Amino acid sequence: MITTDIGIIGAGPAGLFAVFEAGLLKMHCHLIDSLPQVGGQLSEIYPQKPIYDIPGYPTVNAQQLADKLMEQTAPFHPGFTLGERVETLQKLADGTWLISTSEGTEINCKVVVIAGGLGCFEPRKPEVDRLAEFEGKGVSYAVRNPEQFRGRHVVLAGGGDSALDWSIFLADIAERVTLVHRGDTFRGSPDAAEKVFELAKIGKIDLYLKTRVVSLDGAGHLEALCLVGPEGQSIINAEHFVPLFGLSPKLGPIENWGLAIDKSAIEVNTTDYSTNIEGIYAIGDINIYPGKLKLILCGFHEAALMAQSAFKYVYPDQRLTFKYTTVYGITELQQ
Amino acid sequence: MINFIVESHDGQHIPISVPEGISLNLMEVLKASDYDILATCGGMALCATCMVQVLKGGQQLASALDQELDMLDRMPASDDKSRLSCQIAVNEQLEGCVFKIAG
Ligand SMILES: Cc1cc2nc3c(=O)[nH]c(=O)nc-3n(C[C@H](O)[C@H](O)[C@H](O)COP(=O)(O)OP(=O)(O)OC[C@H]3O[C@@H](n4cnc5c(N)ncnc54)[C@H](O)[C@@H]3O)c2cc1C
Ligand code: FES
Repeated sequence: MITTDIGIIGAGPAGLFAVFEAGLLKMHCHLIDSLPQVGGQLSEIYPQKPIYDIPGYPTVNAQQLADKLMEQTAPFHPGFTLGERVETLQKLADGTWLISTSEGTEINCKVVVIAGGLGCFEPRKPEVDRLAEFEGKGVSYAVRNPEQFRGRHVVLAGGGDSALDWSIFLADIAERVTLVHRGDTFRGSPDAAEKVFELAKIGKIDLYLKTRVVSLDGAGHLEALCLVGPEGQSIINAEHFVPLFGLSPKLGPIENWGLAIDKSAIEVNTTDYSTNIEGIYAIGDINIYPGKLKLILCGFHEAALMAQSAFKYVYPDQRLTFKYTTVYGITELQQ
Repeated sequence: MINFIVESHDGQHIPISVPEGISLNLMEVLKASDYDILATCGGMALCATCMVQVLKGGQQLASALDQELDMLDRMPASDDKSRLSCQIAVNEQLEGCVFKIAG
């Protein structure tokens, strides 16, 4: 079990800056995010877009801002659990919290900060008959371990970069790779598209354009897929189906933690961004209060006020005096 | 006034009228009319949470640009009638169109 002062759910800009504000007050943090990388919306939705309203930066790329925030938190050595979704939040007898993830990781902390943004990024699922039934039994929404496809027939679906990139990558590993795409062009990445068309020509990839997967079949494990394309219906045999249609945020488990929720956001008290549950704060896009703006700089402000307030749970016997960083600088935290 | 119709999930046709000459896109108008649209990316053709189906009048709209087509291509549930409402400027071309909010 991981033990820390503050468990932060969500490693977007608000969660990352919370590490910094907490670190100034000598509080350790551990971040959990369902995405495999930090940065939240910055890195997942618009990494290459310029942002113009970060004070002090006339313009900064979203990914660059995420990188800079990581650099800024480095002296405070936060812990990270990435690629795992927080499922439950439990108050223990000693007043501390137990955060548990989808993979069974447990984090014990004195304060919980929910910086969950728009919620967990989850795969977009196509409408395919019996899809849910074969999840984990041949159907997955990401390629985690390419080796599992060695010697197998895998069907990928989608028209974006990841569908193209994985088709090319798996062509050398899997016994057969089939790519199914509802359109007949790939606009996102012309280079990868060209490569896929080439591999299709020499028979290394089966390419089905203007085609959809409509249903799945199998006894226990996936065995066959039914496709509908310009020539009508066809059945292909395959053990694996990976729909790759990107990610989209859903509030997810946060809904079930007993927090006051209004329109998919957590209601907070604006003096310190605390929630209706003692010891739990909510900052960034996930919270709502009169006048709320979903802006990065608002999340930063909320993180600062939250940290001042959370101090009392981490150091109940100490009095907090307000200090400027210019006066005391940054004191590295012990790991 | 520009008049078009939004079909609700239960099949009802709800008329919307907006004055000519406003510089809004369809996503903004739908949001302002209290439709439940996330529009996570704020209209940058990056999230597809504003997807609609053009049930009538699709040919009279300005055609989609590459970035919109690319995004639509990546969606599991899009078809020839799908558009991103944030990429549709509200102007006279919308007269008589029927839209259905996806999802
Ligand atoms: C296209 C676009 C352009 C934008 N432009 C600007 C701009 O110019 N200026 C500006 O100020 N803002 C802009 N924004 C908004 C800005 O990106 C958000 O306000 C900001 O990302 C919010 O940060 P956050 O840390 O609160 O949440 P997010 O960035 O959404 O991060 C939240 C994280 O929490 C994780 N999470 C949620 N629930 C769980 C769970 N149960 N378990 C594990 N992890 C979980 C999610 O996976 C996610 O990574 C833009 C947004 C978009 C999409
Ligand atoms: S609002 Fe995001 S694509 Fe239209």
